[in-house]
Amino acid sequence: MIDVTKRFVTAAALALAALGAHAQEAPDALVKNVSTEVIALIKSDPLLQRGDSKRITEVVETKVLPHFNFTRMTQLAVGPNWRKATPEQQNQLTEQFRTLLVRTYSVGLSSYRDETIEFEPLRASSDSDVVVKSRVKRPGAQPVTIDYSMEKSANGWKVYDVSIGGVSLVTTYRDTFRDEVRQSGIDGLIKSLSDKNRQLAAAAPAKK
Amino acid sequence: MSLRRTLAVAALALVASGCASTGNPRDPLEGYNRAMFTFNERVDDYALKPAARAYRFVVPQTVRNGVTNFFANFEDIWIGANNFMQGKVTAGLGDWARFVINSTLGIAGLYDTASDAGLPKNNEDFGQTLGWWGVPSGPYLVLPIFGSSTMRDAPAFAVDIAGYGGPRRYAVRKFAPSAETQITNTMWGLNVVSVRSNLLDASNLLEQAALDRYSFVRDAYLQRRRNLVYDGKPPKLKDDDDDARAPDARSLTTLAANRELALGSAWPPDVSREPPPTVNAVGAITPREDAP
Repeated sequence: MIDVTKRFVTAAALALAALGAHAQEAPDALVKNVSTEVIALIKSDPLLQRGDSKRITEVVETKVLPHFNFTRMTQLAVGPNWRKATPEQQNQLTEQFRTLLVRTYSVGLSSYRDETIEFEPLRASSDSDVVVKSRVKRPGAQPVTIDYSMEKSANGWKVYDVSIGGVSLVTTYRDTFRDEVRQSGIDGLIKSLSDKNRQLAAAAPAKK
Repeated sequence: MSLRRTLAVAALALVASGCASTGNPRDPLEGYNRAMFTFNERVDDYALKPAARAYRFVVPQTVRNGVTNFFANFEDIWIGANNFMQGKVTAGLGDWARFVINSTLGIAGLYDTASDAGLPKNNEDFGQTLGWWGVPSGPYLVLPIFGSSTMRDAPAFAVDIAGYGGPRRYAVRKFAPSAETQITNTMWGLNVVSVRSNLLDASNLLEQAALDRYSFVRDAYLQRRRNLVYDGKPPKLKDDDDDARAPDARSLTTLAANRELALGSAWPPDVSREPPPTVNAVGAITPREDAP
């Protein structure tokens, strides 16, 4: 019994240490490690290669999501209207936007082929806000740049925007969100997001 | 579907839509644009996408890469010319060296040997050259079949067709003069299918991600073009008045300022000497200050 307790305590200490190490990790190292880990998983897991949506979501939820700050992402995408939303509305917006982004990310992941990813060394960084730059090489085309905007939080660096080829995810949603709020208010935007998510959830099994 | 028919539909859409617009300053033609966008999606659903899917299903990846590389190789000549027109001599020479290397060592362009050797492909076209020269992008414009463009990029695109296609036609005339028309047409069709098949994943993603596909495509296109004109280092956009007034500690202005810090002196080029160039309401970009 003592043995079991001891082992449990050791494991807990190790886990905490690992968590601590993760929190200390530099932003560029963090993005690189997570990307490498996810790519290794895709290469070794036939379920992921076949585009099994349940397995992909599982990987995204456990490996990728902990490093994103969705509240901040939603706040930036909603723009000035964010302040007009009640805390309850803000929660709902974040939740729905998060669901949409996770689904999108999962689709992106399942279309991964044998592209190679290179990371640029982090230059002239500020203490609390940096952009980690990477490039994905494809045949017959200019490499695509993927930039992660990250900020430091109490529990490590968190991504709050992703730009692909100079197209920022947050900025691209901003106009749509603004129009939606202008036409039908914050609740209208929440409704459009949840309708979209429901529609995607319904279509998902058919698309495998 | 003939070009004339397409144009007729476009004209009708324009008339029918009138001046309908949600008031986006970069998109005064929104009514017409949306109609054309819908039309293009229809064409894509019934013709382009099925052809691209079939192509991807039948032709193995290695061969498809070869086809992509083959067409991309001819484009490097025009890409290089655009780099020269923008005064970027090193990049232009790089593009032309790519063409020489890939046409020989890369077996008529089937392999992108130059990229492997450390000469990466550039992305240039005449619209970007005009942008570099300081021509504003003007309002967003959806072209029949070809899709997203702007008042600046649309006429430039006509120049690009000649610039990209010219070297290809020249090669056909030189190596197979007897079957010139057939080969040119076949190549054109193959290129369209090949390009569309490379975009299948992106369009699947789009269907998932967008609340409103039209505005999502538009906003992504305008950002992408701006980024390309400035070769990946666009100057900061002037924030909306709304955003600047936001008392929120984490306002967009703070965000932009932080970004600037994060990227250091390389971007924007000479922010310390004078305010960075801005983009006005219709997306007009003031010429870059460090343009050679």
